[in-house]
Parts: sequence; C-alpha cells; structure tokens
Amino acid sequence: MNTALHDSAHAVGQAVAGHAAHAAVDPFVFSFTVFVLAVIVGYHVVWTVTPALHTPLMSVTNAISSIIIVGALLAAGPVKMTLASVLGLIAVGLAAVNIFGGFMVTQRMLAMFKKRK
Amino acid sequence: MLSVNMVAMAYLLASVLIIFALKGLASPETARRGNALGMLGMGVAALVTLQMDAVQNYAWIVAAIAVGGLFGGTVARKVPMTHMPQTVAFMHSLVGLAAVLIAVSAFIDPVSYGIANAEGGLYMASRIELFLGTFIGAITFTASLIAFGKLQGLLSGKPLVFGGQHLLNLVLGIAMLTAGVLFCSTASALPFMVMLGIALVLGVLLIVPIGGADMPVIVSMLNSYSGWAAAGIGFTLGNNMLIVAGALVGSSGAILSYIMCKAMNRSLINVLLGGFGGDAPAAGGTGAQAADRPVKSGAAEDAAFLISNARSVVIVPGYGLAVARAQHALKEMVDLLMEQGVDVKFAIHPVAGRMPGHMNVLLAEADVPYDIVFEMDEINSEFSDTDVALVIGANDVTNPAAKSDPASPIYGMPILEVAKAEHVIVIKRSLSPGYAGLDNDLFYMDRTMMLFSDAKQACESIKQALA
Repeated sequence: MNTALHDSAHAVGQAVAGHAAHAAVDPFVFSFTVFVLAVIVGYHVVWTVTPALHTPLMSVTNAISSIIIVGALLAAGPVKMTLASVLGLIAVGLAAVNIFGGFMVTQRMLAMFKKRK
Repeated sequence: MLSVNMVAMAYLLASVLIIFALKGLASPETARRGNALGMLGMGVAALVTLQMDAVQNYAWIVAAIAVGGLFGGTVARKVPMTHMPQTVAFMHSLVGLAAVLIAVSAFIDPVSYGIANAEGGLYMASRIELFLGTFIGAITFTASLIAFGKLQGLLSGKPLVFGGQHLLNLVLGIAMLTAGVLFCSTASALPFMVMLGIALVLGVLLIVPIGGADMPVIVSMLNSYSGWAAAGIGFTLGNNMLIVAGALVGSSGAILSYIMCKAMNRSLINVLLGGFGGDAPAAGGTGAQAADRPVKSGAAEDAAFLISNARSVVIVPGYGLAVARAQHALKEMVDLLMEQGVDVKFAIHPVAGRMPGHMNVLLAEADVPYDIVFEMDEINSEFSDTDVALVIGANDVTNPAAKSDPASPIYGMPILEVAKAEHVIVIKRSLSPGYAGLDNDLFYMDRTMMLFSDAKQACESIKQALA
C-alpha cells in the first residue's frame, strides 16, 4: 500500500511539477490532496440529501465511518498475538458493530418511508 | 494476493460506491438502492483488505466480526425509533474508541504499519498524524458516551455548569497540545499517554455543560468528529480509502450541525459553551404573567368539530408527540380525516425531535406517507390558506415572538408560522413554558383553542368524536 502511494505520489509529482521531473511529492501532500477533494465532494453531495432523510443519513455515515475497519484489520493481521494485534482485534469487533448496526438500521428506517396509496 | 495497485483501484471503487450511497439519500425513492451500494462498497473495502498479505489471523478476525456484527445487527433490529439519537451517539463512541485502539496499536508496532524509519522509530509526519488521529478519536469516544448517557437518561439531561469550567477546558486543551508537541518531537510513550488521557477527559468535560435539547447539534457534531477520526487514521496509515470515507462523513456531520444551529438561530460556539436549557430562569416571571392572561380552552369534541369542518389541516408535531407515544393514535385520526375529504399535511421544524430528521422517521414509522410531510420552508407560505393548524407537543418552534419581538431571546429563530392559520388548536398538557423558558403568545390568541391533555389521549378522543 505504502509503496503504491509513493509510486503514485511520484507520478503526480512529475505531472504537477513538469520542469522538476525528479522531485517527488511527499506522501502527506498526496493524502492531503485526496482529503481536500473528498471534503468538497462530501459537501456537495450532502447538501442534496433531503432533510426528511437526515436521520438515515446519520446512521449510514455512522456505518461508513466504520471503514476504519480497514485499519483495524491491518492492526489485527499478524498471526502472532501481541498487544498491538489484540487492540486491533478489539477495534475490528467495534467497527463490525457499527457496520452491521449502521447499515441495517438505515435499511430498516428507509423501508418505513412510503408514498400515499 | 492482489497487487498494491489493484488494491488501490478496489479502494477507489469502494469510495465511489460510498459517494453514490450518500447521493441516493436525495430522495426516499433512491435511498434504499443507495444504502445497498454503501453496503457493497464497505464489503469490497473489507474483502480487499482481508486478502492482503499483512492480514493472516483469520480465525480471530472472523470471530471478532461475527461477535460485533451479531451485536450490531441485533441492536439495529430491536431499537425503537424514539431511541435513534442515543443509538447513533453510542455508535459514534465505538468509532472513536476503534480509532484510539488502532492509533495505540500503530504506536506500539509502527514497523508493521510501514510508518517506521530504518531504525524502527516513527517518521515525523506519522507522529503528527498519529497525534491528530488519537486525540480526535479519544474526544469522539468519551464525548459520545456522555451524549449517549444524557439521551438515554442514564445521566441528567440538565447542563452541568461550574465556575472556571471554560478556563479548565482551555488549560487542559493547552496541556494536551503541549503533550502532543512533546510526543511529536520525542516519539516517546509518556507524552503519548498523557495526551491520550487528557483528550479522554476533555471529551467528557466538553459535553457535560450541554443541555438535553441541544443534543441535535451535539449528535451531528460528533457524527462529524467520527468522520475526522477515521480520516485521521487514514493519514496515519497512508490509506486513501479511510481518508475519503472519513472526509465524506466529516463534512456530512458538519453540514448537519450547521443546519441545526441555523434552525435554532444559535452559533456553534454558543451551543458548545453550554448552560442553555437548564432550569429555565425566565419561567418564574412569565409563569405569573401567564396565569393572568385569558386562554380559550376546549374539549376534544370541539377540536374534532373544528377539524372535520375544515378543508385543510396542517399538523405541527413536536418532540412531545414522541414522548407521549402518540404517533400511531395520530395516524389513525389522520386516516379518518382524510376519508372525510379533509386535506391533511404535516409541517416539520428542523429541530423537531432529538436529532436531524428524527420526526420524519417517527412519522414514517407510524405509516404516515412521506409525501404529505413537508419541511418548514416548503409549507410556511401555506399557513395563511390553512383552515386549522393543529399543534401537538411543539412550543418554541411556533412562537410568533421569534418574528415580532426583538427583545425575545429566540428573536430571529425561524419558526413555523402557525399563527397565520384561520384557527389554531394546541394540544398540550399545561401552559408551562417550552425549552427556551418562554411564554408563547400563540396560546393566548383569539383564534387559538387550547386542548389541555396528553397527546395520545387527545388524538384518541378526537378520533372517537370524528367516527
């Protein structure tokens, strides 16, 4: 993952600073670019959400923020149990509560919204 | 094992699916498909991570997912809709705690995360990212726990204020930053733990002075924090998937906080400083005044007569409706009215309920079709053409003083312009002031009839009178 980032960061760096073809962009700057663009996408998408569905929006974003399970899985990855991997395993469990709980309760709420017969 | 580039592409796919999940919520018709896309995105991200070389401990991981998933699924199936705010607050705290655990794990074993230099020490950039991810996660964790306790009624909903509170928070904040800077320069365990400890305490202190009725703002704000915490961990691990999903959630929560603040005409700072909605200091003065003012009150039969002879009725439900569990009785009453040819609509104030959109879900649960439920901005122009406005369990959000009296503490707050309807019926247990501790001029109008009763009982009595 990290090498991929370094490589792509390098590519972006070359594209952005064409004249300084050998200067690589720091991985943080690359991450930060993605972050800022995602905030802007989020801003525009969330304003289109109808106010009637703001509660499902909160429960589904709850599930989405549990994408943190990706980090937890990496922490829990090693077969050899250490303090670090046990903490990771607990985090996997907590994130799983939210993923299943968040998406399922959202589904349950959305199923209640019906049109006039 | 997929190549790193394949993994990155799969994360990109998952990110796009999650964006479309949010986009689906633009309308109830597309929302369910959107939610399915969100699940798919989450599934892709998790499976791709599971097949990575670094992840080998399958038995334990599957067990952790099974236990967590079973618990989460059970909560999702059983939780009553009135309890959604505390459920969401509880889930925010789990995201915060998970972020802290991952950060601590990365601190203990930086090599396996690829954030260590040749000597096995943390990179400078990783230290800063770890610091940010840890303290945002820690504050999210304890702040959400306190919010959960207040909403669930385990803790008093009243704001807890004491002298020097803001000074204490400021001092702790500075101490936390100092410990953070120390950690960034030394990468040693002591300042890391001190920083973590202070952040956990700060989370508690930030929420205790905030009153129960300000919770819509707080729950939205913690929603935002949980997103930033995920993004912070994404920075630590150099993982774009976490950064994108975290940023989406972070901006979503920030927008909801803004909408809630605007609907109460308050600034976020004002809400965060807390102390609002305590013992309602204005209640003593206005209470005496209220006793002297003439009020027209009527029985359920009078209300039934008024609304059954109306062409159009707009119902304004407030949180009192949910407290009295009157949604279903109300829906049956509405069915009868609609059968008799009365045009019935619902008007929802953005802060009706204890979280954004809460009232819409409560009405949907009672089978009220969503196309007769309108937002404040959509329906305010219609009150002047409405025969009867029926206010159930709402107060401050209908107070005309917010528009007409510059001296009123709620002056400038957007309200539902109920007073413009030809007749107003208010179902309320007594003339007691609302959350802002204010008397409501609406109750004393000539065209207003007060129906002093429990909301559920009133709906049932009106229904009987209609039948």
